[in-house]
Amino acid sequence: MTAPANLPPNPDPVLNVEITPDLITRHGLLPGEYEKIKTILGREPNLTELGIFSVMWSEHCSYKNSRPLLKTFPVEKADTSAPYGRVLVKAGEENAGIIDIGDGWAISFKIESHNHPSAVEPFEGAATGVGGIIRDIFTMGARPVLLTNSLRFGRLESETVKRLFRGVVAGISHYGNCIGVPTVGGDVYFDESYDGNPLVNALCLGTLRHDQIKRGAATGVGNPVFYVGAPTGRDGLGGASFASRELSEESQADRPAVQKGDPFMEKLLLEACLEMMAVPGLVVGIQDMGAAGLTCSTCETASRGFAGIEIELDAVPQRETGMNSYEIMLSESQERMLVIVKRGREREIEEIFEKWDLHASRVGEVTEGDRMVVKQGGVTVADIPARSLTEDGPLYHREAKEPAYLAETRAWTPDELPDLNSLMLQDALPQMLAHPTIASKRWVYRQYDHMVQAGTVVEPGSDAAVVRLRLGDKEKFVAITNDCNGRYCYLDPHRGGQIAMAEALRNLACSGAVPLAMTDNLNFGNPYKPEVFYGLRESVRGLAEACRFFDVPVVGGNVSLYNENQNGAIDPTPVVSVVGLIEEEAHITRQYCREPGESLILLGGYPGELGGSIYLMFFHGLKTGAAPAVDLAGEKALHDTIRAAIRAGHVRAAHDLSEGGLLTAVSEMLFGKTPLGAKLDLDEIPEEARLDALLFGESQGRALLSVAPGAADAVLALAKETGVPARLIGEVTKDAELAVHCPERETAAFWRVAKLRHQWETSIESRMTRPGLDDDETD
Amino acid sequence: MKIAVLQFPGSNCDQDAFHAFADALGLPAEIVWHKTTSLGGADLVVVPGGFSFGDYLRCGAIARFSPVMEALREHAANGGRVLGICNGFQILCEAGLLPGALVRNRTLEFRCLTSNLVVEDAGPDWNPQTVGQRLRLPIAHGEGNYRIDDKGLAKLKANQQILFRYADAEGNPTPQGNPNGSVDNIAGIRNEAGNVFGMMPHPERAVERIHPSLDGLAVLRALTTPAAAGASS
Repeated sequence: MTAPANLPPNPDPVLNVEITPDLITRHGLLPGEYEKIKTILGREPNLTELGIFSVMWSEHCSYKNSRPLLKTFPVEKADTSAPYGRVLVKAGEENAGIIDIGDGWAISFKIESHNHPSAVEPFEGAATGVGGIIRDIFTMGARPVLLTNSLRFGRLESETVKRLFRGVVAGISHYGNCIGVPTVGGDVYFDESYDGNPLVNALCLGTLRHDQIKRGAATGVGNPVFYVGAPTGRDGLGGASFASRELSEESQADRPAVQKGDPFMEKLLLEACLEMMAVPGLVVGIQDMGAAGLTCSTCETASRGFAGIEIELDAVPQRETGMNSYEIMLSESQERMLVIVKRGREREIEEIFEKWDLHASRVGEVTEGDRMVVKQGGVTVADIPARSLTEDGPLYHREAKEPAYLAETRAWTPDELPDLNSLMLQDALPQMLAHPTIASKRWVYRQYDHMVQAGTVVEPGSDAAVVRLRLGDKEKFVAITNDCNGRYCYLDPHRGGQIAMAEALRNLACSGAVPLAMTDNLNFGNPYKPEVFYGLRESVRGLAEACRFFDVPVVGGNVSLYNENQNGAIDPTPVVSVVGLIEEEAHITRQYCREPGESLILLGGYPGELGGSIYLMFFHGLKTGAAPAVDLAGEKALHDTIRAAIRAGHVRAAHDLSEGGLLTAVSEMLFGKTPLGAKLDLDEIPEEARLDALLFGESQGRALLSVAPGAADAVLALAKETGVPARLIGEVTKDAELAVHCPERETAAFWRVAKLRHQWETSIESRMTRPGLDDDETD
Repeated sequence: MKIAVLQFPGSNCDQDAFHAFADALGLPAEIVWHKTTSLGGADLVVVPGGFSFGDYLRCGAIARFSPVMEALREHAANGGRVLGICNGFQILCEAGLLPGALVRNRTLEFRCLTSNLVVEDAGPDWNPQTVGQRLRLPIAHGEGNYRIDDKGLAKLKANQQILFRYADAEGNPTPQGNPNGSVDNIAGIRNEAGNVFGMMPHPERAVERIHPSLDGLAVLRALTTPAAAGASS
C-alpha cells in the first residue's frame, strides 16, 4: 500500500465527519461493501471517497447484479466471412460499440435509459437522456446521425400518465430538434404495469471511418487532462445512485438528482469535439461525463489506460461558488467531457474550444502508477486505486424464483370465452386500431424533427426507419427498429426475450435489411426480489439464445433496475434495438400497399394463439395465457424468404404481424399515401382455430407481403422452396374498403378504410389535445 | 451564381443547404462561419435552419448580433440576394431585413411534417409559373407562427410579397391546412425590394429522390436563376 495512512482534513469542514453506518446506508452501500472499501484503501474512506465509491459501485455504473448475465451475450459475429458486420469495438470496452459497414466506414450505436429522472421530471429527464446517449456516440469519434427511442407509459386514461407522456415527448423533441439529430423512429406502449414508472430508453447512432475511432483511455504519463464543456453545478448530485433505487412518494424530493439539459451547449461540444478529434494525434483519450460525472470519467479513463490520474478541483469550471469536493465529484451536470491531450499541444485544443465559445480547462494529468488522486486547493481530498472503482466492484449472483402466477397464466385456455361473430368483429377492428399501443404515433413523431440532415428515407410509422448515410462520396442505407412486448415477457420472460429479437429482425427483413448488430436496454424491477430476478435472468437467456441463433452480436446497452411503482415491478421489458444494412437502394421496402391489384400473401400460416394478445387484454380484460410460441429456425426461414422476395423485385409492401395480429396488420398496410382497400378471403381455416385468434391473435413468425400484380405465384413458389407456410389471402382494391370473409365460419365484415384510418390516426391526439390549442392540419 | 451558407454555432441545416446547392443544383457553394466579416463575393447568401444560439430567448434574437450580419446587411442593401430558411427566416425578421415576426406555434408544440403549399404570384422571380402552383415541402419548427399587423399585412399583399401559403390536401389555404397558426396561412415572404426571401418550409429537404418530394428544386432554382442574379445587381 502506498496510500497515506490518513488524508488531511478536507478544506470544507462540512465533509470532515465520521463515517457512520447510517451514512453508509444512505449511500446505498452494504456493510460488506464498506468493508471491501476499507481493505482497498487500507484505511477508512473520507466522505468524498465514500461518495465516489457509492456512485461507481451503484447498479447503474457497476452492473453488480446483472453482469454475470450480460456475459452470456455474444459480442462478436460468428460468421467471419461476411463482407461487413465485423465488431470493431466490443460491448463494455468503451462508451459504445462499433460495427464495420464496409468500405472503411463504421457505425457506433447504443441505447440507454433515463427512466427514473423521467418519472420525477419528465421533460428534463427525457431531454438529458437524449443528451447523454448522443455524448456516448460522439465520444467514440462518430458523428451522430439518428436517434430513436422506446417509451412505456401507464394507461393513457390517467391524467398523471398524460402529463408524463406529454413531458417526455416534449423533452426528447426539445433536445433532439435543437441539436439537429433526427429522431427517426421508436416504439410506444401503454400498459398498467408502467403506471407511475415510465420507461424512457433513448438510442443514438453515429457514423465514422475506421481510422477515426477514439478510445476512453488515459495513457502517456504527463499528458494533460482537459475538462471541456459546461461548468459544473450542483444539479444531478448522485444521479447514478438515485437511478439504483425504487421510486417512491419521497422520490419527488429527489428532484435535485435530475439534471437539466442544454442542447445548444451540447451542439457546441459536439462540433468542437469532432473538430478536435479530426486533428491527427491531438486527442489521446476522451470520455463523456454522464452518470457519476467527473468521478466516472477520471477513474474509467485511468483504469482503461492502466495509468494513474490526478486532478485539481480548483481548475474545474464551476457554475456556483463554494462547491466542495463531494459536490464537484458527484455532480451530474450535463454537456461535459474529459479529454486527454498529447502533451505540448494544449494550445491547439484551446483554440478549437475558443472558436466554439466553450471552456477547455486543464484540470490535471496522467500519472504513473494506478491511483486516482483528487486535490482541491492543493489538498488531497481523495486517493483511490482507479481500477478498484471500475473492476473490483461487488458482483452478486442473485436468487431467482419463478413467480407463482406463471403456473396459472400458462394453464389458461380461451375455452370459456365467446368467439367472434360478424357483429362483434365489425366493432372490434376500429376499437383495436384506436388502442393507444396500436394507434398511429403521429402525435409523437410530428413533434420530433425526423428529417433534419436530409437523410431520412422511411419516416416514422413503418416497420423500421430507414436512413441514408452520407459517407464521404459514398452512401449507404441503414434500417433501425426497436422492439419489446412486456406483456409477453410477463407471461414468459424467456420467450419474451426471444420474441423481442425475432420481431426486430422481422421488421428489418420487411424493410429489406440484413441485420448487423443489437443494443439492448434491460428494464426490470428490484433485482433483490427473486421473482424479478427470475424475469431478468430468463429474458437475458432468451435474448442471448436468439442473438447466437441469428448471429447478431450485442454491441452494448444498458441495465435499468428498480423500476417499480406502488403495485410492484414493471413487466420485464428487455428493449432491443437492431440495426441492419440495406445493400441496395431498390430493396428499401415500406409497409404501405401501393396500387390496386397487388396480392396479399400471408407468410407463416394460421397458428391461432390468443395468449398475451392486446385483444385479450382489451376486450376481455385478461393479461394471461401462454406467450406466443417461438420457432427460431422458422423465423430465420421467414426473414430469408422476405428478403429473397424483395431482392427478386416482387414485393411492393411488407409488414410484420405483431401487436393486434392479422387484421391490424392488413389495416395498417392500407394507411399509406394512396387511398386503397383490400378484400380478404380466409379459407381452409383449421377446424379447431378460433376466429378471434386467427384475426387478432399474435402468433409469431408471420408477415404479410403485398406483391406486384402477377407475382403471387412466384412468391408462393419461393416460400415453398424455403419451407415457409404461405397463402394468398386477398388482394388490394381500389374502392377503399376493407372486406373480410371467412366462408367456413359464415363470418364477414367490411369497413371504410378512411373511417378506420381516422380512428387509428386520431386516437392518441384526441386524448392529448388541450382545449383551445386544438389543431387539425393535414399531412 | 455563388452561394454562401452562413453557419451559426447552433445552425443544424447548414450542411443540408450546402448539399442542396452544391450537389443537387451543382452550384459553387461554401459554408461561412458567423464570426467572419466577409461573404466571399457570394451572389446568394443562405441563412439556414437550426437553433442559431440555442434560441432560449426569441429565435434569432442573438444571431443578429453576429459579426457576419453586418456583411449580410450590406449585401442586402446593395441588392444582393438573401434566403432565410426556418431559423434563417426568424433571424432575418429579428434583423429587420424582413417584416413581421415568428412566434410559438398555436399548439405550443413543435411540428415536423410535409406541408402542402400554394404558391402566390410574387413577381417575375417567383410565381406559380416558375415555381409551380402547389408544392409539398417539409416543415420542422416550434416557432413558425407568422405575425404581422393589419397594415403590414395589407402592404405585403399590395406589394405581392407573399411567397406561399400553407394549404390543406385539396390545395386550399384553410385553417385545417395551417400547421402553426400563421396569419393568412403565410409560409414565406420576400422584402419589398424583392431580394430578401424568408420561408419556414425547408426546400433543401426536398431535392433528392429519397426525400418526401422534389419540389425544393424548383424553389431553389427560382432563387438562383441568372435572371434573379441579374435583377439583384
